[in-house]
Amino acid sequence: MNNLLRKFYYGDILGEAPASSGAQQSDRQTWPLWEVFVRSKQGLDHKHVGSLHAADAKMAIENARDVYTRRNEGVSIWVVESTQIHASNPDEAASLYDPANDKVYRHPTFYDLPDELSHI
Amino acid sequence: MNQEEIFQQKVDTEVRIEPKDWMPDKYRQTLIRQISQHAHSEIVGMLPEGNWISRAPTLQRKAILIAKVQDEAGHGLYLYSAAETLGISRDEMIAQLHSGKAKYSSIFNYPTTTWADMGAIGWLVDGAAIMNQVPLCRTSYGPYARGMVRICKEESFHQRQGFEILLVLSKGTDEQKAMCQDAINRWWWPSMMMFGPKDDESPNTQQSMKWKVKRFTNDELRQRFVDICAEQIKILGMNIPDSDLKWNAEKKHYDFGQINWEEFWNVVSGNGPCNKERLDARVKAHEEGAWVREAANAFAEKQKQRAHKNSVAA
Repeated sequence: MNNLLRKFYYGDILGEAPASSGAQQSDRQTWPLWEVFVRSKQGLDHKHVGSLHAADAKMAIENARDVYTRRNEGVSIWVVESTQIHASNPDEAASLYDPANDKVYRHPTFYDLPDELSHI
Repeated sequence: MNQEEIFQQKVDTEVRIEPKDWMPDKYRQTLIRQISQHAHSEIVGMLPEGNWISRAPTLQRKAILIAKVQDEAGHGLYLYSAAETLGISRDEMIAQLHSGKAKYSSIFNYPTTTWADMGAIGWLVDGAAIMNQVPLCRTSYGPYARGMVRICKEESFHQRQGFEILLVLSKGTDEQKAMCQDAINRWWWPSMMMFGPKDDESPNTQQSMKWKVKRFTNDELRQRFVDICAEQIKILGMNIPDSDLKWNAEKKHYDFGQINWEEFWNVVSGNGPCNKERLDARVKAHEEGAWVREAANAFAEKQKQRAHKNSVAA
């Protein structure tokens, strides 16, 4: 089973060579993978919705339109080739995203101010 | 705690597992098998219904059926994408389907012989699928769960349009009523089999429940399906083809008859009425579409080179 598993991760993991390059060269028939981001309405961010294969950006947008926005899900689409996305390493998540609870002064409630003070 | 314990703790506390997180190899393989099998089912599932697009009784029914089949293609894509995040390529999955190594839902190996089958598939087959899929919206693997949320939103249209087809037939001529009952007769038992083997013969269930890849056992979901359908069919004024179907006041569930497991395993192992036809159709579509994939690649490559040349010249 293991030799069937090629690793096409989103982006790369530090210390690992980009996994997809070898596989892609050996198989030129495969269309590259694109990540799709959809803005559901004006004023909101584009949000990741999934991925698809397409030969180029234009086709990726057209296919994303057909697959991800058939029922008013969006008004705008971004596509990015998956290999272009760089991601943080989940193994370091604990230290990277440590909530820093000891730094209570980062929160507005840390400051003890008189009740008479308003609009602040 | 070792990695496996950290992993299990995340699952136990409903923290979703994401593609780059550490996971046991067996979890990865189980998911690849389950998700790709699910994806293949969506894609092969387009064939029995595609059969009726050109013969739908009205233009509206035809438009609805096209929209439904297009949805199935989309569902296949969501699921293939989710499986790809686990490290298997699309090409490998397609190759496994075409070689027969990967399975798809056996239900699609039955033929669609009348228009009423479109109704029965929507109501019973999609109904059974929904029963399986709704709990999967909370499955432990993030990309799979997100895909399922999207799919479940769309499945509801499928089931309702199917029931409506049957409802219209059930109020029609004697011939139409007979067609409605005949379709239910043929699709009921295969739909019951969609939930898979009985719990005591489903060796992977326990591990899958522990990993929250599965949320309910096959028998639990099957019972729920029976309870719902036994009530819904009253609105159609039709019968479920099971003489043992009876409300059990004590259990507060419907009792039902024996499933023909021999037929189930026979179809799974490739001897159903349409196994060969379905696979042949898939392989043919893939092979005959090869030039399109190659041409699109060649075109993209040419555009890239042209853009590069222009930027150098400028």
